[in-house]
Amino acid sequence: MAASDLQAENGGGLRAWLTTETPASRLQARTVQAYLVWLAFARNPLGLVGLGIVLALILVALFAPLLANHDPFAQDLAARLQPPGSPGHWFGTDELGRDIYSRIVHGAWITLKIVGLVALTAPLAGLIVGTVSGYFGGWVDIVLMRFTDVFLAFPRLILALAFVAALEPGIESAILAIALTSWPPYARIARAETLTIRNSDYINAVRLLGASRLRIIVGHVAPLCLSSVVIRVTLDMAGIILTAAGLGFLGLGAQPPTPEWGAMISAGRKFLLDQWWVATMPGLAIFIVSLGFNLLGDGLRDALDPRSAG
Amino acid sequence: MPASAEAPVPAGPKVEAAQLDVVFGRGAAAVHAVRDVSFQVAQGETFGLVGESGSGKSTVLRALSGLNPDWTGRLEVDGRALGPKRGKAFFKQVQMVFQDPYGSIHPRHTVDRVLSEPADIHGLPDVEGRMLRTLAEVGLGPEFRFRYPHQLSGGQRQRVAIARCLMLEPEILLLDEPTSALDVSVQAEILNLLKRLKAEHALTFILVSHDLAVIAHMCERLAVMNNGRIVEELSVDQLRRHETRQAYSRQLLRASEGYDRDAAREQITYD
Repeated sequence: MAASDLQAENGGGLRAWLTTETPASRLQARTVQAYLVWLAFARNPLGLVGLGIVLALILVALFAPLLANHDPFAQDLAARLQPPGSPGHWFGTDELGRDIYSRIVHGAWITLKIVGLVALTAPLAGLIVGTVSGYFGGWVDIVLMRFTDVFLAFPRLILALAFVAALEPGIESAILAIALTSWPPYARIARAETLTIRNSDYINAVRLLGASRLRIIVGHVAPLCLSSVVIRVTLDMAGIILTAAGLGFLGLGAQPPTPEWGAMISAGRKFLLDQWWVATMPGLAIFIVSLGFNLLGDGLRDALDPRSAG
Repeated sequence: MPASAEAPVPAGPKVEAAQLDVVFGRGAAAVHAVRDVSFQVAQGETFGLVGESGSGKSTVLRALSGLNPDWTGRLEVDGRALGPKRGKAFFKQVQMVFQDPYGSIHPRHTVDRVLSEPADIHGLPDVEGRMLRTLAEVGLGPEFRFRYPHQLSGGQRQRVAIARCLMLEPEILLLDEPTSALDVSVQAEILNLLKRLKAEHALTFILVSHDLAVIAHMCERLAVMNNGRIVEELSVDQLRRHETRQAYSRQLLRASEGYDRDAAREQITYD
């Protein structure tokens, strides 16, 4: 709503260009569609809150060196376990006298890296497996789906633990393990969508134009599966962050002294009764970011999902 | 009138089907959808396939188009036998217009994308010029070029679907009830458009419909289908004079004249 008011203040030119029924170029046609999705999304205040939190996470991660007031690795044993609000330490200090606020700010980049890499790789793999499986059918479908079933049969964290244990503990292994364990649901969603559209007339029509299977899957089937996969990804983000934090907490993700939020909680749990802030502050960060992604996912679902759009 | 019938025609028929059988499923669940169907269509002709729902008329068209590879018998275009799988050369020559224009255009593609796709697949030159010419031919202005299907009416969508076929400059158009999803005033526009395109491009049409008025308006010859078989072949003049030899065709003709209590009472199921 705020955005559309802004457009109106800028004069009718841009707004008319964005809402025209007769776009004059491919770019404009796409922009108009994106703007309509944005208008639908902007009607949902909780979705906007989620978007705000996610944007804030990205900004904090990008400008961490400017926002942090201490070196996240600098130890000061004289000032260890200071409570929140102490001079210079807004969120207090941990057991080695490191500033918790600066560590959380620097940890944002790690969280974003994990989320970003998993969000790029796992849905892509799931989309490829699912659309190929659904479109080809027959034995291709059987082989790919039983393979997917094997991955789905394991609890995600257990499988990730096994992967990390087989590799070596570290943030890259954690990303790889999470990506390897989170693609099967996307494959299932993409396959289900593909099955509903593979025999539709518009796919038959392209088939009759002589299009190759690759062209049909990439250009015609995948775009229609994309919105349900994107929605699922944003809703899964919170789970990804929690899995990464869980791996860090168990000592299999980011290694000390990396300021990863899960590892910070793990280190703080020894002091939980007397110095609650050491574990609580990174916990709050995980909570807020997870909530942000969930709200964003809900908002996107309402804006993108053709079923709820009616 | 640039009548295509006077053009130098190869001696044989443009399209021929002989002893065509289509069976769906196996064993006890098998459905014999098309039985021993044979017909010939000359260059420049419009051949109608008419029958009630489930008579197998659309199945014949789908076998001919290449959408359904599970058929037996003989299908020929220009005297060349067709296999179950078709190559690009076949699709360049034979195109199909679907019944439901709301389902036959990709919902996330602009008209621009829909029309450039066939040219891209076949590597045709001057995609943009070809597209604008084709749009004009089907009666859509350049302002429609970047619209999405949901911004178009049913008739406009069917025009886009026809334009998509024309992009490849085909010789044969298979029309699967092209107007039955449209309202009556738009139906006439689309049928007249198809007639004009046929004359301008020397096209050969095979038109499937359950609507005898549409068939009578468009076709020179027609075949009446029931229960997977061709019951009889008629010329359009015979149809107009109600000169049918078969009882089923007479019943179909009578049914097409509207509901009549006596006719309904005499209705016989031909199995």
